Amino acid sequence: MHNEQIEEHFKNRNVTEIDSNYYMVDIAPYPTDGWGKFKRVLKRSFRGELFVGLWVVLREMIKFDTHTIKYPEEKMPIGPRYRAVHEMKRLWESDTERCIGCGLCEKICISNCIRIDTKLDENSRKEVTEYSINLGRCIFCGYCAEVCPELAITHGGEYENASDQREHYIMYQDMLTPLDKMKAGTQLEFEGFGAVTPHEDERVKKTPLAY
Amino acid sequence: METAYLIETVIKIVVILLIFSALAGIGTYFERKVLAFMQRRLGPVNVGPFGLLQVAADGIKLFTKEDIVPKNVVGRIFKIAPVITAATAFMAAAAIPFLPSFTLFGYEVHPIVADINIGILYILGVMGIGLYGPLLGGMASANKFSLLSAARGAAIFISYEVITGLSILAPIMMVGSLSLIDFNEYQAGGITDWIVWSQPVAFILFWIAAFAETGRTPFHLIANDHEIIDGFGTEYSGMRWGLFFIGEYANMFFISFVMALIFLGGYGDGSFLGALGLLAKVAFFFFFFLWTRAAWPDVRPDQLMWLCWKVLMPIAVINIVITGIVMM
Repeated sequence: MHNEQIEEHFKNRNVTEIDSNYYMVDIAPYPTDGWGKFKRVLKRSFRGELFVGLWVVLREMIKFDTHTIKYPEEKMPIGPRYRAVHEMKRLWESDTERCIGCGLCEKICISNCIRIDTKLDENSRKEVTEYSINLGRCIFCGYCAEVCPELAITHGGEYENASDQREHYIMYQDMLTPLDKMKAGTQLEFEGFGAVTPHEDERVKKTPLAY
Repeated sequence: METAYLIETVIKIVVILLIFSALAGIGTYFERKVLAFMQRRLGPVNVGPFGLLQVAADGIKLFTKEDIVPKNVVGRIFKIAPVITAATAFMAAAAIPFLPSFTLFGYEVHPIVADINIGILYILGVMGIGLYGPLLGGMASANKFSLLSAARGAAIFISYEVITGLSILAPIMMVGSLSLIDFNEYQAGGITDWIVWSQPVAFILFWIAAFAETGRTPFHLIANDHEIIDGFGTEYSGMRWGLFFIGEYANMFFISFVMALIFLGGYGDGSFLGALGLLAKVAFFFFFFLWTRAAWPDVRPDQLMWLCWKVLMPIAVINIVITGIVMM
């Protein structure tokens, strides 16, 4: 569409002849006299639309093209960006935890469901001592994954977190990628909130030193 | 002789009761399956092979569920209403020949409880009494939706009794009897003898009225889920609700038998093939009840009344007049 046309659309929001995709529905005039109504009844009765409906459902039955997913046995594939129960990733190089205990996730969490406690270890590095997420409070907004500077806390694909009580916690060790999975090299990077977008290297610009 | 007759009749009654109670349950299974396939679903699959034992699971649930009688209902009427529905449905079966007579251990069995000479009149009358189930149940429930359903039920049943009676009058004039066995004998010559060829209008009218009499989908106004919840069944639970259900499904089977016997030749000459033919016709009619439920929307109550009094009844009367003129 041309620019003038778009401008015209912004000025005149009504459906006009400019946009040829729209057309008026052809509505026959409503019958006013008895004879017209009678003719309409006859037309509707003998046009056979009821049999069209019967044929459509019978056709679907014969085709037997069901779309049911037998849920506990079968599952829909979910997208890599799906925001379900959180995961804690490890570093590819050293298999150590990515989390540096900065506490940003606790800070940004809008439903206050993350609690983190840290201490300094013998190398004067921060170590996570306590980390829990209350899944009963979590609204899975993805802010924690987005704010995490180390891509440590991410969302995962595990959505079956039914619980017998509202408060349902997940702990640091449960979220952490198991070491055998790391050794097998099967840790999956999260592609959703906070992830590095593909081809990011090509898009990076040098800092303009002129500033 | 008298004792033998009595024993035979009691056995027949028990067999019919058991078979059609079971069929009502299996009917719900088929309804769920057929509707599911037509809507691209699977229906019940988990209980038993292909979900066949779902019927048993539902039965156990209905039998063991607490029998709730809410506050403010008219207790006795509330309790008797489902029984009326189920009882009248099964009472109507007394005059229906389900199969041709056959010989079992050298004893000739007539699969009809009572071959009374007013068979059709009796069936229509008893099915008319069936109105009191929804009517009393709805009025006694102390629930506005149930009351609406009762009012609708009364209007629909009484209106469509007229259509049923008038449409069936022309075949009765041709056969000259009210017994369903006589109807069957009249059409025993084969497909060309079927009354549906000489009375197609009456057949279609009776078929339409059958939907209203059984309260099936195009005319499912007495328990229209999206308008009045479950209508007269809203306040019922457990086996009392189950009785309503059994009554509805038994009615569907019986009216299918009646349609097949009156218009489609019944069991024909009484051979084994003829008996199978009757069952096939009944199965088709039952399937058609489910089929329309998947395909057609419900009509409004005023449309239903309009259809009854302004369209179907004049057609039925004209049909009778023309039949009379032709017979003269």
